[in-house]
Amino acid sequence: MNCQNCNKNTATIHLTEITNGKRQERHLCESCAQNDGIAVNAQIPLNDLLNNLLAAQPKDQNVFDSESTPCPKCNITTDKINKQALLGCPEDYDIFSESLNKIIDKYQDGGKVHCGKVPQNQYDKTTQDLELANLKQALEEAITQERYEDAAHLRDKISQIQ
Amino acid sequence: MNIDNIGTKVSKWFQDSGESPQVIISSRIRLARNISNHRFTAHCDHQEKNAIISELKMAILQTSIGPLAQYIDIATASQLQKELLIERHLISKHLCRNRGPRGAIISEDEAFTAMLNEEDHLRMQVILPGLRLDQCWDVVNRIDTEIENQVRFAFDQRLGYLTACPTNVGTGIRVSLMLHLPALKMTKQIEKLLNATKEMKLAVRGLFGEGTDALGDFFQISNQITLGIKEEDIIAKLTQKLIPKIVEYELVAREHLLRHENSLLEDKIYRARGILENAYLINSKEALFLLSNLRLGINLGKIKDIDIATINELFMLTQPAHLQKNAGGSLTPNERDELRAKIIRNKLSTHKI
Repeated sequence: MNCQNCNKNTATIHLTEITNGKRQERHLCESCAQNDGIAVNAQIPLNDLLNNLLAAQPKDQNVFDSESTPCPKCNITTDKINKQALLGCPEDYDIFSESLNKIIDKYQDGGKVHCGKVPQNQYDKTTQDLELANLKQALEEAITQERYEDAAHLRDKISQIQ
Repeated sequence: MNIDNIGTKVSKWFQDSGESPQVIISSRIRLARNISNHRFTAHCDHQEKNAIISELKMAILQTSIGPLAQYIDIATASQLQKELLIERHLISKHLCRNRGPRGAIISEDEAFTAMLNEEDHLRMQVILPGLRLDQCWDVVNRIDTEIENQVRFAFDQRLGYLTACPTNVGTGIRVSLMLHLPALKMTKQIEKLLNATKEMKLAVRGLFGEGTDALGDFFQISNQITLGIKEEDIIAKLTQKLIPKIVEYELVAREHLLRHENSLLEDKIYRARGILENAYLINSKEALFLLSNLRLGINLGKIKDIDIATINELFMLTQPAHLQKNAGGSLTPNERDELRAKIIRNKLSTHKI
């Protein structure tokens, strides 16, 4: 259902007003309702809830603005990557890192460094450094939030690795 | 799991309704993985695709899930077999449409599936009834680790698991929950949820009747961010923060309807039951809509002689490919509607508790 006021956006606010015993239904979009001075914040704060979890979606855009040389490993061209939105081989992440990092940044809402599972057979010095950095950050957070039991636990873990 | 027998019964995992069954239908976790020294599937020739399949097949069949699972060659499967697997959420449309060597390894209870040569070399999922994301993660993580002992996955210390599409890098995880939200829809609050999720490109899809306009009252919600956050944290955020809120809103809306719109609610529920028990022709959209109302009636305690498992079974078995399998041949749309109505009538009259 479209907004009764602007007739453009989807109506998300549904009001039933009773004046002088007369019942009147109004269907408005959020911006028109706000212009009308109707408080919309009392409704479900789902936006807030979801915001933390989900990144805003970047508009459909090309990975590469201009053409560059194909990947020497799999020969995929930047044009083909733009068309199918899929890479040719794992090495592409290295070879086209500059353009890819921009896209990843946008999709991942600023998440830059992997901090999840690491395959056991690929666990090395870099992994350890990253893990250590993550633990130290968690420790600082625990201290500022006065979660001292967690902090002690984290400190033990850090000294164990070091 | 035998491919010739699927389609006549509901998936084993789906016979149980799980925890928080009032609102949460199912939990699902999917991991995307690629082998390090191969090109991504879309850029491979047949030979390389075959090499990927044999390496992964051998590794997966040697894990603890191996003895309980079976490999299905999708490249040689019939159209009906592929559609059955799609309707049961065991393979994706993408895998079905892809060309060249590709397959799936499916466990006997259908809770575990590994798709080979989909968008990534390996995409595996665990699906369980109700709110069981922790359990899904335990299982899929364990099998992933077992595979990692034999296969070197494409992995980068900074970017994590490398995927064919750059939007999945990091953990390569997709955590999804299927929700039944009839009261939020009836009280028109669902538009708010839908708008919010659309803006943030949450995957919102129907569990059944995919590809039609009718979402029914079923919604799938899943994470999009995969980099810079731990698997456990993604799961915890959904299970501890977001989902309890949505469940609470749905239950409050149901309570509101019970108190203020009881006759409207009872009319919807008993009208749905009346039609389902007596109709001789019923299309998939109508069946989805009416079964959803019946499910709400059971959840609200208004219908006591039918259980959720029966409804789950009807959702699954009245889909087009399942009907054709049941009939043993192709059906015209009219014949499908007739058979669908017959199955529903029979089930509801014989499966009363």
